[in-house]
Amino acid sequence: MSALRDAAAAVGVGETTYSKESGRTELSLACEAIKKAAEDAGVAIEDIDGLVRYDMDHVDEAALTSHLGLKNLRWMSQVGYGGTGGNAVVVHAAAAIAAGAAETVVCYRALNERSGVRYGQGATWMKDEVGGAEAFQMPWGMLTPAHLFGQFARRHMIEDGTTSRQFGAVAVALRRHASLNPRAMMRTPITIEDHQASRLIADPLRLFDCCIESDGACAVVLTAADRARSLRHAPAWIMGVSQGSGSRTSGIVFRDDLAVAESTYTAAEVYRSAEVGPEEIDAAMIYDHFTPFVIFSLEAYGFCEPGEGGSFVEDGRIEVDDVLPVNTHGGNHSEAYIHGLPHVIEAFRQLRGTSTAQVESAELILSCSSVAQLSAAVILRKD
Amino acid sequence: MLEGMPRPLPNLDTQPFWDGCQEERLLLPRCSACGEGRWPPGPMCPACQSQDVDWIESSGRGRVYSWIVANHPVHPVLTGQVPYVVAMIELEHNIRLVGNVMGCAPDEVEADLPVEVIFERLEDGRQLPNFRRVETAE
Repeated sequence: MSALRDAAAAVGVGETTYSKESGRTELSLACEAIKKAAEDAGVAIEDIDGLVRYDMDHVDEAALTSHLGLKNLRWMSQVGYGGTGGNAVVVHAAAAIAAGAAETVVCYRALNERSGVRYGQGATWMKDEVGGAEAFQMPWGMLTPAHLFGQFARRHMIEDGTTSRQFGAVAVALRRHASLNPRAMMRTPITIEDHQASRLIADPLRLFDCCIESDGACAVVLTAADRARSLRHAPAWIMGVSQGSGSRTSGIVFRDDLAVAESTYTAAEVYRSAEVGPEEIDAAMIYDHFTPFVIFSLEAYGFCEPGEGGSFVEDGRIEVDDVLPVNTHGGNHSEAYIHGLPHVIEAFRQLRGTSTAQVESAELILSCSSVAQLSAAVILRKD
Repeated sequence: MLEGMPRPLPNLDTQPFWDGCQEERLLLPRCSACGEGRWPPGPMCPACQSQDVDWIESSGRGRVYSWIVANHPVHPVLTGQVPYVVAMIELEHNIRLVGNVMGCAPDEVEADLPVEVIFERLEDGRQLPNFRRVETAE
């Protein structure tokens, strides 16, 4: 049995309001989210002895010692590759707890992505001169995530016959879930026709294929098994974890096969470590920076055959009352873009029974991220 | 080439590629030991871990593997330049270069469209490879 299986549990979550303009510093947002998560778990700030951050986060450990009041840190870690982080931070926290390097670990993400540095804007990434893999991309106008990830979407269409309307089916499902969620920024239901009428951003990606841009922060508290059982809420057990890579990933697009998800590799490991298979998963929280990547992930994590993700998402099959509910909070697409960490929070909420799109008798939830570069996944189990 | 884009910054692993462009030769790195192509150019072969490399002149003929049409100008400098195509061009030895597809409208680009390399000059005199549709059937 994996040494990480059930060694740690998620015991509390915290979120700020999600908005287009927070009017606050990212540090202020981070402090609020972590304080709320600690209160939710029933642990004191001084009980937090481990911290995991995204390496892209502007809020660092030093700032949190001075302003949140962390003073008993004995273990710190950070994870890279953007959207991979949402689950990778949990993997790192669980590993530290299993190894005894820390007992109570906080994972967080804070960003003013809409009012501050916007990932969809060329100016965020452009410099006068670019080195590394970017030297072979940006001079030809491959500048933003849509320009990179659209290449994968196109290749899936070429090889598997996937259609824009199938991307639209993902958008419709995510928006429906967000319409039930008072925290969500985009709550008006849409149809496939609305999706088809939305303007092209990076053809084949339309506006309604792209996630929203948001300000906000969220945090998750994890703790060791013995402690988890003594806290006020039922824990959500970290049953399986995976973080890794199985192929060339430099420059995101310089891979062998753009129609097959990199996370096919991570999927095998998360199921092996949890000792379960996709048929036992009750709902999936999938990093959805662009709608086609829900389709890629459904294939990678074995919910359908490779190449059949497009037809799988049709007819409401990924909606809350159907075959495999996906992103019951609305995801990056419609709730908020806090870089995938809200997906872990929604998995936790499903197991606690407090989702606004609650899946009946949810026992096992998969949360996974990033299908194009190094990726990560977590399987959480109800107590 | 698009105007106002970042310029490539060569390094010791990539310099021969950029030098080739100045001579209008598309030089691609191939492992001296096992023949595997490397992209982007790098210091070691990911297949056999050899650090020896040969820079082989490409025919410059390839096919469109994937592409997007950038419809939305993500920077003010692009306002008058959209829509433009950003494609991945499949060449020899499992190497795919990023390029724009010239010589046809964006909606004429399709999978496996045959293209050939051209060299375009930037304002500072540097030359970069780009691709245009091959007009005649092979």
